[in-house]
Amino acid sequence: MSQDLLATLPLLVVLSSAILLTLVDLVIPADRKGWTALLAALGLLAALVVSLGNLGTQQQAFGGMLAVDGFSAFLNIVFLLAGIVGIGLAYDYLRRMELLHGEYYILLLFSISGMMLMAQAADLIVVFLALELLSIPLYVLSGFASPRRESQESAMKYFLLGAFASGFLVYGIALVYGATGSSGLREIVTALAQAGSATPMLMMGVTMILVGLGFKVAAVPFHMWIPDVYHGAPSPIVGFMSVGAKAGGFAALLRVFIAAFPSLAGAWGPLAMWLAAITMTWGNVAAIAQRNIKRMLAYSSIAHAGYILMALPAAADPAVAGDAVGAALFYLLAYALTNLGAWGVVVALERREGQGLAIEDYAGLAERRPGLALAMVVFMLSLTGLPPTAGFIGKFYLFRAVLQADLVWLAIVGVVTSLVSAYYYLRVVIVMYMQPGEPEVRSEAWLNGSVAITALATLIFGLLPAPLFALASQAGLLAFLP
Amino acid sequence: MDNLLATLNLVTCFPLLGVLVLVLLPKGRETAMRWTALVTSLVTFGLSLLMLVQFQSSNPDLQLVVRVPWIQVAGWNIDYFLGVDGLSILLVLLTTLLTPISLVSTWDAIQERVKEFLVFFLLLEVGMVGVFLAQDLFLFYIFWEFTLVPMYFLIGIWGGERRMYAAIKFFLYTMAGSILMLLAILWLGINGGSFSVPDLIAQGGIPANIQMWLFLAFAAAFAIKVPMWPLHSWLPDAHVEAPTAGSVILAGVLLKMGTYGFLRFNIPLFPQAAVQAAPWVALLGVIGILYGAAVSYPQRDIKKLVAYSSVSHLGFVMLGLFALNEQGVQGSLLQMVNHGISTGALFLIVGMIYERRHTRAMDAFGGLWKVMPVYAVLTLIVTLSSMGLPGLNGFVGEFAILLGAFGSETLGSALFASFGALGVILAAIYMLQMFQKMFLGPLDKSENEGLADLNWREVATLAPLLVLIFWIGLYPKPFFDLMGPSVDKVLAIVQTAAVALP
Repeated sequence: MSQDLLATLPLLVVLSSAILLTLVDLVIPADRKGWTALLAALGLLAALVVSLGNLGTQQQAFGGMLAVDGFSAFLNIVFLLAGIVGIGLAYDYLRRMELLHGEYYILLLFSISGMMLMAQAADLIVVFLALELLSIPLYVLSGFASPRRESQESAMKYFLLGAFASGFLVYGIALVYGATGSSGLREIVTALAQAGSATPMLMMGVTMILVGLGFKVAAVPFHMWIPDVYHGAPSPIVGFMSVGAKAGGFAALLRVFIAAFPSLAGAWGPLAMWLAAITMTWGNVAAIAQRNIKRMLAYSSIAHAGYILMALPAAADPAVAGDAVGAALFYLLAYALTNLGAWGVVVALERREGQGLAIEDYAGLAERRPGLALAMVVFMLSLTGLPPTAGFIGKFYLFRAVLQADLVWLAIVGVVTSLVSAYYYLRVVIVMYMQPGEPEVRSEAWLNGSVAITALATLIFGLLPAPLFALASQAGLLAFLP
Repeated sequence: MDNLLATLNLVTCFPLLGVLVLVLLPKGRETAMRWTALVTSLVTFGLSLLMLVQFQSSNPDLQLVVRVPWIQVAGWNIDYFLGVDGLSILLVLLTTLLTPISLVSTWDAIQERVKEFLVFFLLLEVGMVGVFLAQDLFLFYIFWEFTLVPMYFLIGIWGGERRMYAAIKFFLYTMAGSILMLLAILWLGINGGSFSVPDLIAQGGIPANIQMWLFLAFAAAFAIKVPMWPLHSWLPDAHVEAPTAGSVILAGVLLKMGTYGFLRFNIPLFPQAAVQAAPWVALLGVIGILYGAAVSYPQRDIKKLVAYSSVSHLGFVMLGLFALNEQGVQGSLLQMVNHGISTGALFLIVGMIYERRHTRAMDAFGGLWKVMPVYAVLTLIVTLSSMGLPGLNGFVGEFAILLGAFGSETLGSALFASFGALGVILAAIYMLQMFQKMFLGPLDKSENEGLADLNWREVATLAPLLVLIFWIGLYPKPFFDLMGPSVDKVLAIVQTAAVALP
């Protein structure tokens, strides 16, 4: 038992911080909520340090319900970083939008513990539990700007569609349980090996799990909620959610499909391939038409889900699976850094009542705030996938896995849609640098720090990715349960 | 430590030091910024001369090599790998020479956002030199794409009226080509186990059917950059809208990255495909020569005329490269340098008159010889050089190219050279027509009467280029000597491959 607790220490640290903070927040006066933010960030930082120690391990906990390995440790780092930056983006924003409630940080911590549980799940029941723990705080956070209409709408839509997706997932889990007699990923592998051929009930279950998780990662055609939810929810939470919730969805998707259903790869491989191709294409094409930066980034996050999804059909080839998972993990981290930074810039420019969110409002930013504009250029280049940024390395790694699996046409779809994306990402750069304007921008230490650190990290991992590569590929190989 | 301060590292990265100083200089110190950038680029030029001194022209292989493992995990085998040989040394020198010249030319012209301009310019130099020196495909791709970003800003911020359109068109066109190259690079890296160009060439053995696909993927990137007809439509827009210094670098160096790419990567990596594709590429080259010339003639905007003439000149380069024999390839390589010098000078000349009159319409001038004699004489020399007058640099390159194309076994027909030669005549027509309209005839426009002749700074920007125009024209041997052994080495690879063809 003590070994189980020790293995899941990072998760426990976050969870207990959340619970403790719920109580502590009660005695922190309303004008001192910075302390709550600081304490929450410290909790995450402590968990981050512990997580780093788990990178090379491979063990089970709680009777095989949880897998504590490089895969989960790597993703935990992504979640925790997203959380820390998410707090950095939020503090000043909440104060100036008059949303200063300590619950924000507490809900954030709960959501992160859900994500971490998701990455460690080795049982379908735990996957479901984790998904709910991840999602429910996010539903609340989306509505955090209540009574603003858009925020309420955002929370309602997110909740309804999220519940709908959970329904799919539970139904899928039930069917798989019915077909194999177990919900543990390891037991499912054994059962499938004995059964030989797949029954229709099993295939139905697998497909439903794919659909349920497809909602969570926002794959087309399960993406409809994204633009409205992202548009209405407070910007810092969207930044966090677009990274954390997506990584959480992918954690389950990769783990379940690669660890539990490798024998069915012939069936889900092509399905995932089409899903990836359609998602990349639609996300990027629809983003072109957006005039609002939040909606643009929303469609961009759909497009990036498509890129990461490419790892799944590539992983259907057992020889490439380790590399494909490694590539997906690296991409998730690169995307997390880049996207959080980009949302940081959005936060800096957003004003009350949803002002300052049109792309035109960025005109003149290069002269008013050269550093912020330069950081935004780095983020836009990284999202496009151009060197010397982490986004480029991520795409390079992903495309390699796709080519190794002989999916040349999928790689071509990937690069062509990247070209399409250059058009709308560059538009932000054009507006910032080439159109005159007087933007109103916030300058605040936490926010500036978050943007600067993510921009620097995006560049550094773009030039010196080797250590991170090693971690990601090692973690990729550990995604297969012992 | 020795490695860190290796000559090629210094040539590539020294401008970054200038960038750092520029960033730290406070607003309002524009003159100090200009001097910082100029001195940086001059030191870089000096370092490239040091490279020339250390270079042994008799050695066909890569020299002054810097090779450090970079990303060596998870089946990746990527090196930080720089090296110089006869194919690239002249282009590196051209880059480091044109950069300070361009910076001097902007001394008065750029008054807004000076710091950013100079930073982007020096970053661009890093990217260009890196492209010519990188010997690892991954590193090459990084430099290749990296050049896009500063050039995009140079056009987009300091360009003419339609600058945003031109900037984004430039960016998207170039990126469209390079994404296919990225996939081909990945294929090579996966199947060859390495991204190192010399290693991949030595391994060879890429199946013939796949070679053609890879050849096409690389060619897509380079043909857009060259630009080859019919992929040239970004070029006139980019040139016309770019500020003078941007045009000089764009025509002088960036276009050469395309032709250099064909020579460095396409031909030796995929020799069989190169032999098979040669007649088609040469055909596109010839069409480019004639099309560029034909479209240049009716232009009324001088800058547009020079831009379209580049399409024609670069057609010559492509024709010579894919003649795949010694004269052709050597002529092409020299013509790349020539075009950089002559067209660079032409853009400077256009910029000088534009600064005075704020128009580039040919009809606004006439009889300028009477008010600006120095300007007129210099323009005449550059014009003659650009149209290939014997005794000047353009002639040497074009003559060698046509000679190569006539005798080429790969092309198998003298028709390519015959039609190509027409381009020389057409160039004389459109260039002389421009000269006549601007400088000869009566001085009938009152606005032109008070024009000041060139000042010492402007003469100084043109002087080094004029020296080279005469030097290459009268005594090109040292230039051929530099490139000869490396060109022979590439051609030997092609010959071995051609024998294996059915």
